[in-house]
Amino acid sequence: MADEKKDKDEKQPSVAGDIGALLTGLKTTLRESFRPVVTTMYPEDKTPRSERYRGRHYLRRYDNGLERCIGCELCAAACPVGCILVIAAENTDENRVSPGERYAKTYEINMLRCIFCGYCEEACPVQAIVLGPEYELSDTSREKFIYTKEKLLEPLPPDVQARLDAPPSAPHPDPLPRGGEG
Amino acid sequence: MNDFYNNAIGHWVVVVVAMALLLFVILTATAYTVWFERVALGRIQRRPGPNRVGPAGLMQLAADGVKLAFKESFIPANTDRVIYVLAPTIGVAAAFLAWVVIPIGLWYNVTYWIADVNVGILIVFAVSSLNVYAIVLGGYSSNNKYSLLGGLRSAAQLISYEMALGLALVPTFMIVGSLRLRDIVDYTVSWGPYHGPIPLILLTPVGFIIYLISATAETNRTPFDLPEAEQELIGGFLTEYSGLKFTMYYLSEYLNVITVSTLAVLLFFGGWYLGPIPPIIAFLFKVVIMIFVYIWLRGTFPRLRYDMLMRLGWKVLLPLAMANVIATAVVLVAVS
Repeated sequence: MADEKKDKDEKQPSVAGDIGALLTGLKTTLRESFRPVVTTMYPEDKTPRSERYRGRHYLRRYDNGLERCIGCELCAAACPVGCILVIAAENTDENRVSPGERYAKTYEINMLRCIFCGYCEEACPVQAIVLGPEYELSDTSREKFIYTKEKLLEPLPPDVQARLDAPPSAPHPDPLPRGGEG
Repeated sequence: MNDFYNNAIGHWVVVVVAMALLLFVILTATAYTVWFERVALGRIQRRPGPNRVGPAGLMQLAADGVKLAFKESFIPANTDRVIYVLAPTIGVAAAFLAWVVIPIGLWYNVTYWIADVNVGILIVFAVSSLNVYAIVLGGYSSNNKYSLLGGLRSAAQLISYEMALGLALVPTFMIVGSLRLRDIVDYTVSWGPYHGPIPLILLTPVGFIIYLISATAETNRTPFDLPEAEQELIGGFLTEYSGLKFTMYYLSEYLNVITVSTLAVLLFFGGWYLGPIPPIIAFLFKVVIMIFVYIWLRGTFPRLRYDMLMRLGWKVLLPLAMANVIATAVVLVAVS
C-alpha cells in the first residue's frame, strides 16, 4: 500500500526524490510499529530505583525495639524548608523509649513541604531518620500529608512484637521498656 | 418478501429498519475506528495505546463516551447560539447521510443498501460538501478568533480539494459508465481467460492517488488538519466546543474517515470481490486496510504549511486530475 505520493509540489531537488523521502517516512513508521513496545506498565511494573533513592522518611528502631531518635532536633535545624517538628521528652526508667536521655514525644513531617533533600538524614547523629524507597505518596487531603510519628516509625522487630503479644502469664525476664542499647 | 417490500407501508418499514441497523453498525464501527487509530498510532510510536478498560482496551470508547456525555454542555458568552448548536449537528448529519447510498456486500448476490440511487456517488459528494458548513459555521459562531481562522482555513481547503476529488473519480465513471456505486463494484472485464470483477485501481492508478490525498484533505486529517492545527490555532473550530457537541464533531470526523475508506474500497479496490474470500469478510478487510492507511499517514507526516496546501491542491492535484480525465478519455476512445 506504500504508493502515496503526498507532496508532489517540491520541485527543487526532484519530484521522485521527494516522493522517495515520503515513502521512506512511511516505511519507517511501519517498521517501528512492529518493534516491541517500550512502555513500562506502571502500576504493575515499576522501573528500578537507585540504591540511594530518597523517598518517604522512616524513623528507625534498634534491634531490641527501642527508638533510635533521641529528640535532639538536629534534623529540624538542618531542614531547609522547616518541615520537621520535633518535641522531645525525658526518658524515665518506667517509660524508656530510646536509649538516650530524651526521646521524640512528637515527630511530624509535613510531606507537602518536604523537598526530599536528605539533609535530615545527614544531620542525624544516631541514624534515626532515613529516607526510604517509596515515592507513591499521593493522598486526598492536606491533613493527611502531615506524617506523624506513628506513621513514620518502623514497626517493632518481629521478635519484640512476639514478646509483647505473648500472654502475660509468663513474664519475660527482660521486659521490653528496660535495658540499654541493644 | 417482495410483496411486502412493494407495499408502500412495507417499503418504509423495511427502509426504517435498515436505517436503524446501519446506524447501529456505523456507530459501533466508528467507536472501534477510534480505538484502532489510538492503538495503531501508539504502535507507530512504540506505545501500547489504550489497554486498561476492558480486554485490550476495547471498552475505552465506552468510558470516553460516558465521560464526554456527562461533561457540562457549555456555551460561551456572545456566541451565535442557534448556529453554535446547529453546526455540529450538520456535521454529524452530513457524515451519516453519505451512508444512504453506500452499498455493503454481504454475500454473493446479497447487497445491503438503504437507497440504490443511480447517481449515488454524486449524493455522497453533495452531502460530504455539507461538512464544510459544520466547520465554517462552528468557527464563525464561536466568537473566538482561533475558531474563525480554523473555519476559514477549512472553507478554503475543502473548496480547493473538492474539485480535485471530484475530478479524480471522473475516469472511473467514464470507464464504468455509471454513477451507481453497485455498478462500479460490479464492473466486470473479459481479459483473455479472466472474466469477472477487477479492482479499478488497475485502470486508474493516478485517480486513486489523487483521491487518497484529496480525501485526507476533505476529512481534515493530518497532514491536512489545518482547521484544527492545535499548535497554531489552539483547536481551530473545535476550540469552544465541549461535551456532546464536541463529541459530534469527533464522531463526524471518524465517520468521514470510514466513509472515504469505504468509498475507496468501492471505487478502486473492487468492493466486496476478493477472489474466493466471502464478500463481507473481503469488504471489511479492505475497509480496515484503507482505514489503516489513513492512520498510517497521520502517524507519519507532519502538517503542511497553509500555502503549501493551497499549492498542492491547485497547482498539482487539480491539473493532474484534469490530465488524468483527458488521458482516460483518449484511451477509451482509442480502445472503442
